[in-house]
Amino acid sequence: MRDAALNALEAALRPGVEYADVRVVGQRERTLGTKNGKPSQVAESESLGLGVRVLAEGCWGFAATDDLSKAGVERAAAQAVAIARASALARIEPVKLAPEEAYQAVWMSPCLIDPFSLSVDTQLGLLLAIDGELRRNPGITLAEAALSLRREHQVFASSIGSVIEQTRTFTGAGYEAYSFRDGELQKRSYPNSFGGQHQLKGWELIDELRLVENAARIAEEAVALHDAPPCPQGRFDLILDSSQLALQIHESIGHPIELDRVLGSEANYAGMSFLTLDQLDHLRYGSQIVNAVCDARLEHGPGLGTFAFDDEGVPAQCIQIIDNGRFTGYMTSRETAAAAGQSRSNGTMRAASWSRMPLIRMTNVSLLPGPHSLDEVFDADHAIYMETNKSWSIDDKRYQFQFGCEIAWEIRGGKRGRMLKNPIYSGITTEFWNACAAIANREHWTLWGVPNCGKGQPEQVIGTGHGASPARFRGIRIGAGSGE
Amino acid sequence: MRHAALVSEPQCREALDIAIRAARESGVAHVEVLIGGEREALTRFANNTIHQNVEAVEHNISVRVIVDQRTARATTTSFAEDSIARATTQAIALARASAPDPDLCPLLEPSEAGTPPALNRFDEATAAATPHYRAEAVLRAIHAVKSAGQTGAGIYSTGEFFEAVLNSAGVEAFHRQTSAVFSITAIAEDSSGWAKASSVAASAIDPETLARQAAEKARRSRQPREIPPGRYTVILAPAAVLDLAGQIFADFSATAIADDRSFLNDRLGQPLFGENISIGDDVTHPLQAGPAFDGEGVARSRLSLVERGVPKQVAYGRTAAHRERRASTGHGFPPPSETGEMPANIVIAGGGTSLEDMIASTRRGIFVTRLWYIREVDPYEKIMTGMTRDGTFWVENGEIQYGIRNLRFNQSVIELLRNVDALSPAIRASGEESFDMVVPAMRANQFEFSEVTRY
Repeated sequence: MRDAALNALEAALRPGVEYADVRVVGQRERTLGTKNGKPSQVAESESLGLGVRVLAEGCWGFAATDDLSKAGVERAAAQAVAIARASALARIEPVKLAPEEAYQAVWMSPCLIDPFSLSVDTQLGLLLAIDGELRRNPGITLAEAALSLRREHQVFASSIGSVIEQTRTFTGAGYEAYSFRDGELQKRSYPNSFGGQHQLKGWELIDELRLVENAARIAEEAVALHDAPPCPQGRFDLILDSSQLALQIHESIGHPIELDRVLGSEANYAGMSFLTLDQLDHLRYGSQIVNAVCDARLEHGPGLGTFAFDDEGVPAQCIQIIDNGRFTGYMTSRETAAAAGQSRSNGTMRAASWSRMPLIRMTNVSLLPGPHSLDEVFDADHAIYMETNKSWSIDDKRYQFQFGCEIAWEIRGGKRGRMLKNPIYSGITTEFWNACAAIANREHWTLWGVPNCGKGQPEQVIGTGHGASPARFRGIRIGAGSGE
Repeated sequence: MRHAALVSEPQCREALDIAIRAARESGVAHVEVLIGGEREALTRFANNTIHQNVEAVEHNISVRVIVDQRTARATTTSFAEDSIARATTQAIALARASAPDPDLCPLLEPSEAGTPPALNRFDEATAAATPHYRAEAVLRAIHAVKSAGQTGAGIYSTGEFFEAVLNSAGVEAFHRQTSAVFSITAIAEDSSGWAKASSVAASAIDPETLARQAAEKARRSRQPREIPPGRYTVILAPAAVLDLAGQIFADFSATAIADDRSFLNDRLGQPLFGENISIGDDVTHPLQAGPAFDGEGVARSRLSLVERGVPKQVAYGRTAAHRERRASTGHGFPPPSETGEMPANIVIAGGGTSLEDMIASTRRGIFVTRLWYIREVDPYEKIMTGMTRDGTFWVENGEIQYGIRNLRFNQSVIELLRNVDALSPAIRASGEESFDMVVPAMRANQFEFSEVTRY
């Protein structure tokens, strides 16, 4: 892989090429699933290819191939240069890159138990055990469980002299219990929707999740939802569990702070952002207790956005996004940092595979733990507590959002009361975060993995990390009707 | 000059032979190979300049084996003999470690596969389109938007795709296709407009005209006014129809019904939508694209999904068909699959009212040109939420009056299709929230907009 990367880099450095980088990526993936007591997915895949990115005549060109022969690599490099030159037909200003150092590095993510070292029958056995627990409840009409394991080995080489080798191992698992009765379909997921929990870890993650132990409770809740009253509509204090808050962070903090989106690169598809450049260091994003970071470093935790270097060779960093409620930072690349007058990229360029050009992507965008105990977070006269995302939608400038959760409970005098079904809340991003009244402390903080973030054309689906602990918000609109 | 094939048919047969040989060495006789290849080039522009420009050539060879009522799949990106052989032995190891499935179908036999209709969906000129060709078209589009005092952002992609299914029982099915997609968002000071088109041939797409359409929407929606949430008559452009109506078709699946997670559970054969709603699935429709066979190589048959408001037929893959002792309709995903099958060549029958006449005959209503971020709120009533974007208009007394701020909707698709009172002729439309379809524009009553955003 290293040789292929260096060969491609050499082939790309033709006269007129100002900068080039190459990523060679090998990936192995195992996907296992069960459905109602039978295997529904038993698959492995391996993928190997390279992507060449060049800057020529002030424009980008990118070409990717799975043909790693000398001729294949040279063809891709030549095509990248030809594409850059074609781009120059519509150039206004030449691309400038913020300066960066050259690095020689080899890095491997921590992985205590290699998930590929366990036999498939052991892994399927776990899923079937979960399935059996879920379907012991006669009200469950469909049970699904899944495991996804992935190892990525990447060699990055660039014309400024960097050669960086990274190996990362990801593990994810989760399950869903469905109950259909009298024209109503209810669902509970564990430990989260979106296939469960996903982290930059080995099999040790599975041992931590206590999957089988929670299955009976999840099945019971799915069935009990049929008899629960609908969540009331109106304005209430809202308490969110950490997994739902993770998605709230993803949509209403993570996406708006992507500087390429702010500058218009995503206008045709993923949209733009309300966080125009004049808002930096001025906007009151949230209440005084809201502190958020975008942190790709391992010390933040084993997230889906944890690495040593991003996909243009910039070291992992921690960016303060919201500082005591004030908006203080964007996610940048070398190109957008230069365009915004910043001295250096903060290292958030990531590509979904060898065949895609890196874009600014969330690394681990997290709400830092607050000062409150869990009792203090739940200390409300009358509130609604919601758990586990069911639906999510936000406008193309990341301002107005609506989320639905799988389950809710009424909170009266700080105590959990009756179960409520079909809970939905909505709001305006800055109003919502300014209504934040309590955030639970680190003891209740979890770094969740969102495996399905989409952006870019061609679309790139990538995993992101979001740390959160349960939090309470004042006076949030609950319900989805057109009347208050 | 003829464009070099991405993957050749002999190359596919050779890959199958390698897999069969490797399987035999492990005592396994039943082998299926799916082969895919694509060369996709995409020129992306924003702020009136090309900012990303890419081309990727990718292949995958996916080997599935059946061993003692167990099945598993292993996939590689390399056609090298050792890679295919390794994928085969890996699939066998996975299958042997798996649990038996009494409902697992044997490999498809040629006699069961049927004969897929011959479809020519390959355009040499599109396959050979260069970065220069796309850049020049993008320049013309940018010029059209700039002439209106606006900035443009969008994409122009061209590509070729290959799919094949072969198995050790003798099934062979091959499909080559090209694709061209252009979309543009024209951005004015406080408004925007969008247009998109797709075709198997780049020559069928006119980027400059699409750019002018987007610019006109942006011009007409400037200084948007806020209207209160509520139930309104709505006119949905074809792209908005497909993005919203497209959310229901995964439920037209025998597996989804067997799993009790389709909104058609207990509703098949009963009047559900308006009598003016008829929906088919037809891979042979001249405006459709895609292969004429499914993930196991079964020829796709035509389905009448909805007849005059009554859901009639659903898609069957082989596993679901086997369970119900009937024939597959040729809509199965490659097995093993949790979701089974789905109709993917949707044709919603149009009517005789042009979009212009729909607007002209509307006393008060909202014209929606594009929807965004649609997600399911209630799976059985098919209530969807999402936003309007890039051109939403207030219509009064038969005319577009002004642009309005974007709105969130919470709307049942079942109810929407019950409340349609006018349909335009159907066209091939392209959105971002669902796959391309042949759909009309629609006018419907009582569409629920629940909230308004700030722009």
